[in-house]
Amino acid sequence: MNIIICENLSVAFSKTPVLKDLSFTVDEGDYLCIVGENGSGKSTLIKCLLGLIAPDTGHIVTEKSLFNHIGYLPQQTTIQKDFPATVFEVVLSGFLNDLNGRLFYTKAHKEKAKEMLSLFGISDIKNKSYRTLSGGQQQRVLLARAMCSTKRLLLLDEPEAGLDPLAVRDLYATLRKLNREHGITIIMVSHSLNEAVREANKVLHLGEDCSFFFGTSKEYEKSEFGKRFLGGQKND
Amino acid sequence: MTDIFNAFLSYSFLRNALIVGTLVSLCCALLGVSLVLKRYSMIGDGLSHVGFGAMSIALALNLAPLYVAIPVVIISAFLLLKINEKSRLFGDSAIALISTSSVAIGVMIVSMTKGMTTDISNYMFGSILVMTKADVILSIVLSLLVLVLFVLFYNRIFAITFDESFAKATGTNTNLFNSFIAILTAITIVLGMRMMGAMLISSLIIFPALSSLKVCKSFGAVIVLSAVISAISFICGLFMSFTLDSPTGATVVVSNLVVYLLFCLIAKIRKN
Ligand SMILES: Nc1ncnc2c1ncn2[C@@H]1O[C@H](COP(=O)(O)OP(=O)(O)OP(=O)(O)O)[C@@H](O)[C@H]1O
Ligand SMILES: [Mg+2]
Repeated sequence: MNIIICENLSVAFSKTPVLKDLSFTVDEGDYLCIVGENGSGKSTLIKCLLGLIAPDTGHIVTEKSLFNHIGYLPQQTTIQKDFPATVFEVVLSGFLNDLNGRLFYTKAHKEKAKEMLSLFGISDIKNKSYRTLSGGQQQRVLLARAMCSTKRLLLLDEPEAGLDPLAVRDLYATLRKLNREHGITIIMVSHSLNEAVREANKVLHLGEDCSFFFGTSKEYEKSEFGKRFLGGQKND
Repeated sequence: MTDIFNAFLSYSFLRNALIVGTLVSLCCALLGVSLVLKRYSMIGDGLSHVGFGAMSIALALNLAPLYVAIPVVIISAFLLLKINEKSRLFGDSAIALISTSSVAIGVMIVSMTKGMTTDISNYMFGSILVMTKADVILSIVLSLLVLVLFVLFYNRIFAITFDESFAKATGTNTNLFNSFIAILTAITIVLGMRMMGAMLISSLIIFPALSSLKVCKSFGAVIVLSAVISAISFICGLFMSFTLDSPTGATVVVSNLVVYLLFCLIAKIRKN
């Protein structure tokens, strides 16, 4: 069943088109990987899906309730360097959309947040200040927060950025588990093509001049786009 | 010491100043943390100047100052927030523009209608004598309301202050909450500026937050410490102004400054 339908989406920044006539669909339980070169509009697309940017033309159809079950990991956060907040405060704030008119977080929220901390191996820095963490640690905290805010859909913009190779492997394993066992739909922007194509069941490749490819991973491997990019990487 | 204290409390206007001032200081401290972290502290300053303009006009027209200033300042808060959203750079200059214009218009109107009386100086630098009984009651009610609302929406305010786009992406109406904070700030500033003065009230918003940011690592701790610092600084300032016979607003600001310097020192020592 389609949970997101994107039709003829176009976005331009000061007359320069970034996305043009982009169409694709996402089904419940999909693992969609968005790939493409720097500046091809991947982050822009994610922001459109989240409703942070309004498209110029075309539209995105989603269930309204989807937005209360979304988890989001931004590529670069706008969080200021000197913000005082502990890791636990940050992760707990992922339950913001689960407050439902309640004013404070429940015990269950706090338990779940602790689970997420241990899932990402950051339980020991629970009470540390977010601003003093390394880039990779901050990334894990934000991932844990994103996991708290979702029951259905997780949107990740380059989640592997800043993680060490071991952590990247753990991340992929975690995402796989969430997708396969918990049925959470995943949309992920990534630059590691081979891994991404192996993990995902669908690929959206944003190419030059607003061209794009959308299809299953199998189709992608056989397509012109896939051959050029995957082949190029394998020869390294 | 107790003699001075008893003498202090025997004046009803000082008692009122103590109650209203402490409540307003608490409101300023709580909102201040959010405003400072969102880089909105200039808005607080701008609003107090708009408040000055509005109160001067009320004075010229013989209207109750609070009833004119509160709505005018709330509307300006919305406006400044909108301008700031559109462009950060232009936002800063827009605030300077609006605040200086408001002061200029206020001064002009009053000097034309009533001449430069002590009232104007009271609005600029504050006075604890100007509040009527109705003002005191209104101030107490409104500042309690601000405090309660802040505590109730604490988690949402944290999330929006920390990462607005995440909050928005996960379905929180961030515009609504920004407006909410703007309204609370507008009310707080108008209530505080009678006592502290239009030129000085924004220091109550900025100082406690900056002081506690020096030493705390969690948002919760920053909020609590700011509130404590703000209340203590105000009470000390008021008491000092009574014993030294100095203007209240200025003395409270100096007392906040001393606390800030103290915390800078603590942070320095901790680092070494
Ligand atoms: N707010 C904005 N205003 C103007 N131009 C923008 C804005 N956001 C993005 N762009 C432009 O849109 C294009 C696509 O940007 P986007 O961030 O979506 O790329 P990306 O595919 O995510 O790249 P990367 O791989 O580096 O993350 C870029 O050329 C960028 O300069
Ligand atoms: Mg990007």
